[in-house]
Formats: sequence, C-alpha cells, structure tokens
Amino acid sequence: MFETLINLDFEPFAISFKLAFITTIILFTFALPLAWWLSQTLSRTKPFFEAITALPIVLPPSVLGFYILVSLSSSSPLGAFLEDNFGISLVFNFSGLVVASCFYSLPFMVQPLQSGFESLNKSMLEASYISGKNSFTTLFKVALPNTRASLLTAIVVTFAHTVGEFGVVLMVGGNIPSETKVASVAIYEAVEIMDYTQAHLYSAIMLIMSFSVLLSVYIFNSKSKKVGIV
Amino acid sequence: MIEIDIIKKLHGSHGDMNLDINITINQGNFIALSGKSGAGKTTLLRVLAGLEKSDGEILVDGEIWQNNSIFLPPQKRQIGFLFQDYALFDNMSVEQNLLFVNQDKKLANELLEMSELQELKARSPKGLSGGQKQRVALCRAMMRKPKLLLLDEPFSALDETMRKKLQKDTLMFHKKFNTTTIMVSHDPIEIYTLASRVILIDKAKIIKDGTASQVLLQTKGSQKFSFEGEILDIKSADIIKIATVAISTQIVEIVISQKEALNLAIGDKVTLSTKAFSPTISKV
Repeated sequence: MFETLINLDFEPFAISFKLAFITTIILFTFALPLAWWLSQTLSRTKPFFEAITALPIVLPPSVLGFYILVSLSSSSPLGAFLEDNFGISLVFNFSGLVVASCFYSLPFMVQPLQSGFESLNKSMLEASYISGKNSFTTLFKVALPNTRASLLTAIVVTFAHTVGEFGVVLMVGGNIPSETKVASVAIYEAVEIMDYTQAHLYSAIMLIMSFSVLLSVYIFNSKSKKVGIV
Repeated sequence: MIEIDIIKKLHGSHGDMNLDINITINQGNFIALSGKSGAGKTTLLRVLAGLEKSDGEILVDGEIWQNNSIFLPPQKRQIGFLFQDYALFDNMSVEQNLLFVNQDKKLANELLEMSELQELKARSPKGLSGGQKQRVALCRAMMRKPKLLLLDEPFSALDETMRKKLQKDTLMFHKKFNTTTIMVSHDPIEIYTLASRVILIDKAKIIKDGTASQVLLQTKGSQKFSFEGEILDIKSADIIKIATVAISTQIVEIVISQKEALNLAIGDKVTLSTKAFSPTISKV
C-alpha cells in the first residue's frame, strides 16, 4: 500500500482543484450580482429566478449533464455556433467541464450570498443610498464587508462542491486522462478495474480534505459570531 | 421652502388608509411629527427621503424631488436621515463612516469635535454605546450638508442624559447648517424643547398643526390644568367610589361619584382636570 501511495497518480486531484478554482472565480463573478439582485428585488419574477438557481440541487446530475451535453454538442445550434465561429468545442474537454461545473455549483454560490445580504440590517443599506452611494458602491463597500462569513461559506462550499462532483463531470467530460479525469472519476475507474488499494487512497484523501475544509469554515464562522463579524 | 403634497396607500394594522399630506414648510424650521404608531409618520419620512414611492409632488427650494414624471432617488436628494437603530457601517471606523459620505476631512473633524467624539474616531462602531452610535450617525447625516434632516424617533432607545445631549447636538447642527429638520417624536418635552412647529398625524391625516404649545397643551378654556390618564382600578369605599388613574409614570387616586363610576371602566382613557382651584407648584 505504501508503494502504491508513492506511485499514486495525483494528476486527477490537480485537475479537480484547477477545475474548482476556475469555477469558483467564474461563479463568484456571475453569482454576486445575481445574489445581490435576488436579495434586494421586489419583482414578482424573483421566485422564478430562485427556482432556476436552486434546480441543480434537486436535479439528478445525470439530467443536468445530459442537457448540458446535448446543448453544447456540435449538433446543437449553440454548439455549432461556437464551433463554427470561434473553433471552440465544449464537450469532452476541460473547458466543457468548467461550463458544466458552473451550472452545477451555481446554487452553492448564490444561496449563501443571498441569505447573507438578506440578513443585513436594511437601514444600513438605506443609509448608504442616502449618503449618495449607488447600488454598486453599496454592494462592495457596505454589503460585502459586512457579510464576510457568508462570503467565505459561499466560496469554500462552491470550491468543495466542485471538487466533489461526479455525475455531471462524467457526462460532459468523460474520462480522458490529464484532461477531464478528475479525482471522483478516478475513484470510480479504480473501483471498476477492482484496484481497491488505489480507490481507498483516493477516497481517504478526498474524505480528509473535505472534512478539513468544512471544519475550518465552521470554526471561522463560530469565531466570527463571537467577535461579532456577520 | 419645502412643499409636500402626497398621497400614498398604507396597509396598516387598522386596515387600508390613504396617507394624505399637504403641507408647506419654511426653510430652517424644526418640525416635530407626532401621533400614534401606525399613523404614517415614518412612511412620510421615508417618502421624503425617496426610500418609498408615493403619488404627488415634493418640491424643495424650487427643485422637483418628485412629481408625476420625475422621481429623484435618495442619492440625488440632499438629505440626512437618522434611523432608530443607528444604521452605522460596522466594517468602518467612526471617522470612515463619515468620510464614506464624502471625503471632506475638515468637515468630518469639525463635526466630530462639535459632538465631542474626537477620541472615538478610530474606534469601530461595534464597541460604542447606543448614545455614542447615534451621535456618530448624526455627524454622518450632516456630512451631506442636508437641506432636509429627517429624524425617525432617533432618541427613543436612549437614556435620559444621553437623550438630552443628543437633543442639544441636533439643535446645534440644525442651527449651524441652517437645515430644515423633521423629527418623529412622542416625547412632549423633546418636542417642546426642539420644535418650532408640531404636526399631529392620526390615521394618515394631519389633525393638528401649530406651535408646540398650541398642539401639546391639554387645557381648554377655564381649565387650570389637565392630564391624560388611564383608569387602572375602580373600588368602592362606603358610599363613594375611588378610581386609580395612571398619568404618565405616576399613579393617583381620585374620588368619583357612583354615577360617574357607571360610565367608566378599567382601561378607559380619561382626562383629569380642575377648574375651581389654582394648582400649587413647589420645587422638589
């Protein structure tokens, strides 16, 4: 087992982390305005957008993966458009994984941010508007700095959730070594070829890492509460 | 001069009402808005601030803040607003809270000095007492040199000493910056000390509008004095009845006749007044 550990291929982890890192950055950029809008709007369309955002939580990853695969493949209008005009193909490669992960992890970024914004003192935001500041400045200078715990939760959980995804990744990316073979897929493959030692090692590493990440988030959040950082 | 003529539907605890306010306020006036809770006072302040929409017009020194086609958002209205819960930015120090409004360091320092907060300027609002927080919020509100300063029961959560200090500061800023101030308050002493004009609102309509003494003084005609109270208890003593009445924070016993007792019940709001005798006043 020790020998297997030394010779263990860590590339699937590297791909997982790269994927999670890029996904988190992209999602943060898009989810921030969405979460802010959802938290502030009085529009009747809000439940509609909330439902769409939450869909990836309840949909089986295979359903999500299937639709993404179908809509990105070169036989679909969108896939054909991307391929013909930009020479981009988004299936069975890393870029496709990023797109799929962004859909898959969207609620994990949006929901903590939205509930963080919603729990802010409403008059604090109004005080910012009355001070002459627009929504953009209020978001970055007042709302975000006062929702640090939610911000951290959103980022860490999105990252961890992307590292842990399996179904969507397998559907959209397949299992191409050094390209789309992420850690979770590598474990599945190890079990399929009955290499239980490797499956054990991969799984143990995932388990320990996921636990440590969650533990640190909870420790940070309980400390923040004590010192009054919201 | 501020001209307000607005209508807004309110969904209050007493059912739907139309907030219907038509007043003209002179520049530099200190107005107190008084009335029962749910009467629409806070909504009026929020409409003036642009935090809520209403139908009608608001004209400030000839500038249209709102009419049928124009609606200036809070950012474009030169206002200061004091919330009941202070609404300070917890992520910034006291001084940064002021500088967030604009970068005028000189003004910020001057305001902090005037309200004796200089020593606290590097502190986070989280560590401050309620009174200190509201003083910081007042300084922050003045950073925009507001044409209109709106105060929503700003001192109600503070103790007596702190309330006096803040009332003093508010009046000082009001005079120094020559702002027009509108304050929601229930405290007759506060209203009498600060306001030059009192507007009493009930069920979303103005029911009284005048000087503090015109609106607040309870005595009518030949009455020597008059207090509003609530009946706590009515008990029999031989052939008479004795009513226990709460007036503000004090409780008194009044002899009433059997006939009077028939018309009164525990919990009734009553007026206590006398005409025949001159009240004696002596210092305690």
